Amino acid sequence: MPTVSLTVNGKVVSAEVENRTLLVQLLREKLGLTGTHVGCDTSQCGACVVHINGDAVKSCTTLALQVEGTDVTTIEGLATNGELHPMQEAFRDNHALQCGFCTPGMVMAAIDLVNKNPNPDEQTVRRELEGNLCRCTGYHNIVKAIIAGGQAMGG
Amino acid sequence: MYDFTYHRASDVADAVSKVRDTGEGQFLAGGHTLIPTLKLRLAKPSDLVDLQGIANLQGISASDDGVTVKAMTTHATVAESKDVQDTIPALASLASGIGDPHVRARGTIGGSIANNDPAADYPAAVVGLGATVKTDQRDIAGDDFFTGMFETALSDGELITEVSFPKANKAAYYKFKNPASRFAIVGVFVAQTGGGVRVTVTGAAPCVFRVSEMEEALASSFSSDAIKDIKIPEDGLNSDIHAQADYRAHLVNVCARRAVDAC
Repeated sequence: MPTVSLTVNGKVVSAEVENRTLLVQLLREKLGLTGTHVGCDTSQCGACVVHINGDAVKSCTTLALQVEGTDVTTIEGLATNGELHPMQEAFRDNHALQCGFCTPGMVMAAIDLVNKNPNPDEQTVRRELEGNLCRCTGYHNIVKAIIAGGQAMGG
Repeated sequence: MYDFTYHRASDVADAVSKVRDTGEGQFLAGGHTLIPTLKLRLAKPSDLVDLQGIANLQGISASDDGVTVKAMTTHATVAESKDVQDTIPALASLASGIGDPHVRARGTIGGSIANNDPAADYPAAVVGLGATVKTDQRDIAGDDFFTGMFETALSDGELITEVSFPKANKAAYYKFKNPASRFAIVGVFVAQTGGGVRVTVTGAAPCVFRVSEMEEALASSFSSDAIKDIKIPEDGLNSDIHAQADYRAHLVNVCARRAVDAC
């Protein structure tokens, strides 16, 4: 089996994978990082969003071998020294989740959204959140959290 | 998905020879159509040749005459390109509406047009602007490139390297999109170019097509009123769970008028 080497949450890792192994399978099944979820498995719901070299992408639609040599960040890589990332904190403060299944993908998408659109307004957040589905909340508190998280990230 | 052998190509010649040397090899661009297709077991390539490491398939160049987009340039890069926004804003706008931000971060122009999904956005611009598709072997006129549902003029193992879009005097794209997938239920690209007016429709039929009656009417008077009574026959249009053929025929007129108004 081929080997893939990359950086995940700041650590260099290598793993043997099948040619057809998806990035999300590498993360969950080989590296034990089960915070990244598989929702629809058809590139629509965004529960599997992680960052590859800083860009939010769908890890269910990326082969593990495609990310050779890249820098991947998952939800597990956001907190530092036990302190939640400001976007995670904003999701908690604004009660931006109910069941929590979509939340890791939402948070990863939200951080990329704010990095590319500092201090986003509501319209921008709603537009840029098109690739993340939540079946519980109706999005209202998620949008509030992302606006607050954006401000906390320093605009 | 069925298993395959993954390869990474170093340059265009390497990619082409790797696909030709395999039994049923395919190029892998952004993978945002191909990987879902493989998951559904709708395709069974023996080998995938990944193009992402090929530096000269990336990037955009602009001149007074238009823009050239290399095949592996992502939709996000086209949407955010100042060169594209300044030269052909309708093209940047079209790219900004493909899929969602995560799809745009990976999906590429070459992958999109090589696949020729009936509901894809780029074919409307390639035909609507009279673009030229350059491959490792030849130049193909945009008008001749899309030959049918998921069919193109590409030969087996032929690789798109770039697409050149001539600048238009005015152009706009209006899409009535599926709210879940953001694919076009109907999308209309209208352009007023040096070579005349072009009206191209995606999403409505098995393959992108031009509406000559609207083109002629707009050539005489470039206003949405000039085309408001032009009906599109529903024969041959797609009917599926998203929209019936008669509804799509109606939407072609609505989207065309909105595109003209947005020019």
